[in-house]
Amino acid sequence: MSIKTPTKRAKKVRASSAEDPAMAKSPVSKFFGRLALAIVVIITLFPIYWMVRTAFSDNRAMFGEPLSLLPVNFTLGPIERVLGLATPEEAIAEGGSGASINFGLYMLNSIITATLITVFQIAFSAMAAYAFALLKWKGRDAVFNLFLIALMVPVIFTILPNFVLIKELGLLNTIIGIALPAMFMTPFAIFFLRQFFFGVNLSIIEAAVIDGASQWRIFSRIAVPLVWPQIITLALLQFIFYWNDYLWPLLVGTTEESKLITVGLGIFRSQTPAGNPDWAGLMAGALLAAIPIFILILIFGKQIVGSIQSSGVK
Amino acid sequence: MAAKVSRDNQIVPAMLFLIPASIGFLAFFLWPTIRGIYLSFTDYNLLRDPTFIGFQNYIDIFNDAVFWRSMAVTFQYVFINVGLQTVIALALAVLMHRFTRSMVIRGVVVLPYLIANVIVALVWFWLADYSLGLINAAIDWLGFSKIGFFGSEAWAMPTIALVNVWRHVGYTALLLFAGLQAIPRDVYEAAEVDGAGEFRVFRSVTLPLLRPVLAFVLVVTVVGSFQIFDTIAVTTGGGPVDATRAINFYIFERAFERFDFGYASALAVILMILLATIALIQNRLLRANESDMER
Repeated sequence: MSIKTPTKRAKKVRASSAEDPAMAKSPVSKFFGRLALAIVVIITLFPIYWMVRTAFSDNRAMFGEPLSLLPVNFTLGPIERVLGLATPEEAIAEGGSGASINFGLYMLNSIITATLITVFQIAFSAMAAYAFALLKWKGRDAVFNLFLIALMVPVIFTILPNFVLIKELGLLNTIIGIALPAMFMTPFAIFFLRQFFFGVNLSIIEAAVIDGASQWRIFSRIAVPLVWPQIITLALLQFIFYWNDYLWPLLVGTTEESKLITVGLGIFRSQTPAGNPDWAGLMAGALLAAIPIFILILIFGKQIVGSIQSSGVK
Repeated sequence: MAAKVSRDNQIVPAMLFLIPASIGFLAFFLWPTIRGIYLSFTDYNLLRDPTFIGFQNYIDIFNDAVFWRSMAVTFQYVFINVGLQTVIALALAVLMHRFTRSMVIRGVVVLPYLIANVIVALVWFWLADYSLGLINAAIDWLGFSKIGFFGSEAWAMPTIALVNVWRHVGYTALLLFAGLQAIPRDVYEAAEVDGAGEFRVFRSVTLPLLRPVLAFVLVVTVVGSFQIFDTIAVTTGGGPVDATRAINFYIFERAFERFDFGYASALAVILMILLATIALIQNRLLRANESDMER
């Protein structure tokens, strides 16, 4: 018995890493495979690095050294410029336009909007998913399929009438107007939350039913806590999606108070003079808009990757 | 017995749980869909009430040269974007599957997909800028003549397609990678025993077993690719001339720049029918739900 245990463990380690039969063995293929992966990583990361490099460069001096790999005349000027912290004179001296731009406010608007959507959408979608996965009622699958049909409708198609609706409700140019259509549910979230709930051990639920617990109590105290890690990952993906969204907020939020960061970036780009663009300022704005996403990926990267992987193979 | 009856008849709590989601579904999915189809048969400029004009919008679209040109550039985009993306993603997925199990590499590869379209578009707009961008500076330094990536009619759409290949390829690769991991290990062992080389393993083992996932990924990417908007909106704005006026961008222009909501709705209906048809055909052709795996 005591002799068997170590071999068993050794076998397990072997199967999980070094001797994975799906992995290539020959040193030559290993070399070329890893070289190719290194090239992919460089192509992926270099444009992001270039954004950072430009965001910390002096916009005027940069034009003399387009090939310099490091920031040209390192400066925080572009960041200050797009956050509205630099005076117009300072901005113009470094090659900015001098026009007032306030990415701090747009970021705040984006944080509020994306949070509002994510919290309500996940909560309401989870309730619906619970009814679709763990409650038994006639017509359950038919109603679920009806909800899923919404996935087939292209975004632009519902955007036109939804714009008319939000206008009729008097919610144009408000955060709530941007958030409202997505706050109740999305078929995508319901679909995945339903999958999560299918994984819940039914005997726990049945025991609670026998104990006389209400469905709301079973949902909130048992089912949701059991799938909480998956819910958080889904919420992160939805937050990132709405942080990145462009077309809908472009139509609904056009005032300073309702402009989201992506919309602000688009407008900044269209206002920058064609002959003498403030590339450093644009990249500083882009960097600021990307930083929250970078932070989320650094903290939750593993869960996000795992969640995307599992979305392909059900 | 009593417990069973109560479990089979949970329609009351189910309805209560479904109230918020149903409000959203009815108000922001179903109602707009019906309304959008209705608006497509009207003349509507947002200011006056819509007036019913029958199939006039559809007849006008059929005779609209801008629409046909727009469909042509959209197909050009989808062809380049999906074609390159699928091939590169497949190669990348196989590379990850055969040569690494690193979570960091997977994280890096999927990173562009998590960054906003707008940001990605701006970064590449800068990299590929004609006068000062790095790519043209490098081309110039190497002694070749510069390329107007976003500024020339010939290059603009392929450039936008390539930018979005960069953004999406890692995501697609990750989905395919997950499909590869689902392939049973023993078939690789068998291939190894048979002395199959790298390419032989790919062609005879990996590719056939991956087909269901590949089919799913293709449907999703084609349908998504047809709806290209953000990148065009922040870079070329449909130009130069009409070289990048994809269908979504044309719908946006008709609705929100010319306030022709009826016409734009009709265009959107046509897009919806087109996408549904493509998804159906693809599903059939690729036999999406069947696997070659005989187990």
